[in-house]
Amino acid sequence: MPHFAKPPAGSWTEQYPELGTAPVDYTDSIDPAFYEDERAAIFKRTWLNVGRVERIPRTGNYFTKELAAAGTSLIIVRGADKKVRAFHNVCRHRGNKLVWNDYPNEEVSGTCRQFTCKYHAWRYSLEGELTFVQQEGEFFDLDKKDFGLKEVACDVWEGFVFVNLDPQETLTEYLGEMATGLEGYPFHEMTEVYTYKAEIGSNWKLFIDAFAEFYHAPVLHQKQATKDEADKLLGYGFEALHYELYSPHSMISSWGGMAPPKDPSMVKPIERALRSGLFGPWDRPAIDGLDPAELPAGINPAKHRAWGTDSFEIFPNFTLLFWAPGWYLTYHYWPTAVDRHIFEANLYFVPPKNARERMAQELAAVTFKEYALQDANTLEATQTMIATRTVTEFPLCDQELLLRHLHKVVADKVEEYRDAAAR
Amino acid sequence: MPLPAEFADLESFQDWALPTEPERYAKRLASSMDEMQALYDAAMPRLEAALDHCDKHDFTDLPEDVRTLMHLLQSVVMVSFPVECWSQPRVPDSGAAYLDLLVEPGF
Ligand code: FES
Ligand SMILES: [Fe+2]
Repeated sequence: MPHFAKPPAGSWTEQYPELGTAPVDYTDSIDPAFYEDERAAIFKRTWLNVGRVERIPRTGNYFTKELAAAGTSLIIVRGADKKVRAFHNVCRHRGNKLVWNDYPNEEVSGTCRQFTCKYHAWRYSLEGELTFVQQEGEFFDLDKKDFGLKEVACDVWEGFVFVNLDPQETLTEYLGEMATGLEGYPFHEMTEVYTYKAEIGSNWKLFIDAFAEFYHAPVLHQKQATKDEADKLLGYGFEALHYELYSPHSMISSWGGMAPPKDPSMVKPIERALRSGLFGPWDRPAIDGLDPAELPAGINPAKHRAWGTDSFEIFPNFTLLFWAPGWYLTYHYWPTAVDRHIFEANLYFVPPKNARERMAQELAAVTFKEYALQDANTLEATQTMIATRTVTEFPLCDQELLLRHLHKVVADKVEEYRDAAAR
Repeated sequence: MPLPAEFADLESFQDWALPTEPERYAKRLASSMDEMQALYDAAMPRLEAALDHCDKHDFTDLPEDVRTLMHLLQSVVMVSFPVECWSQPRVPDSGAAYLDLLVEPGF
């Protein structure tokens, strides 16, 4: 018995006939040749989010970003003119990595007036110009103007910093209608941040698959709820309120009856005591813009009373997830090999005004980690088994629409790239 | 740093008042269920009073003993999952997976 209405086409998936309903081939997550083409076709020419402007609020603030899938390392820095720029992290003299601490592969952040290379002390301004060459007189007709840092396209949307090694369109064009629908959310007020990171032994798309459907939640995570609640959830299964594809991007909207729960005995004692849980603190922070009626039009698109959370998949590897009680989180999936990726999650809250609010956020953060560990481990099991190629095609249900879409978009982009390369 | 005098009854759990998540998580993994149950049983009935106590102070400028109490409360949250759900320190079905908390807010 369905609990929520489906579109007139009969299913969410059949609204998009180009996706079909056949089983999906997961060779794209195990084939090294496919991974190489994916890097070229997607990661070297797509806008990628590398973080938020609050990480670099002042002149000279910088951080580095390792982009293994795009085959480079970048420096993101705020210049004296306040503009945020991105540069390849490579010195123009003899190619040393310009910004790093003890371990060249670890990301770093900090504040400086200029960048100085450790090798022979060439210096660069925050805007990327070469400003000093050691023993300049020893060089041959060296014009410093010709040896500035290699700049990479960089733009900011709602405080999110994006880079692109080879832009095919502007950031605004790329993000399109889905992002417009999120503008005005008070991102800039949510500066209380928890940052998590892990290396996962699976293809990057498999983790997106795990977080772009909530259909697994009553099963994989059933022990996290009280017994009665878990049994009830398993009986219901999961249905979303709404799905929308804005190819290459997509979103899923879901109910969320647990914040606050109708019946307090449905939640664990710690949740009752701290008025918080997986869905976040039950009491919405007192800032403008979070009231359901004031939220940007793109959030809770079905305008459902039972709305609890929306997850937006910004292609290829950036997820923005909003919770009804007034906080959001981001996921990033950075491929490092066909069967490995770095997973990053950031939880963003309005800074707490007192201990009660702080502890409510603490419980949300701890709860997030308990769930994410179960998700992460499942992926490694999945990767090892699809890699056997015993089974290559998998049936996806209507609640797995976003997965079907992700694998199709990736396949199309890789095919397009292969065709162009063959011509 | 000792706990506020009003919470002297929790003094024996002071080694749980750890300032960072990696420390609290490591202590959880290294503890027995009995140890975590003892902390939980002692602290849960005191949670409401502890929050009230903390909230008598300006949150941007907590005295050291209140901060210690807050760190103890963070450990109560940390052990709540083993005690209320898992009956074991580790998350079931999490195998070798890990998730490092690299940046956490201070207070
Ligand atoms: S490689 Fe940077 S100064 Fe020589
Ligand atoms: Fe999950």
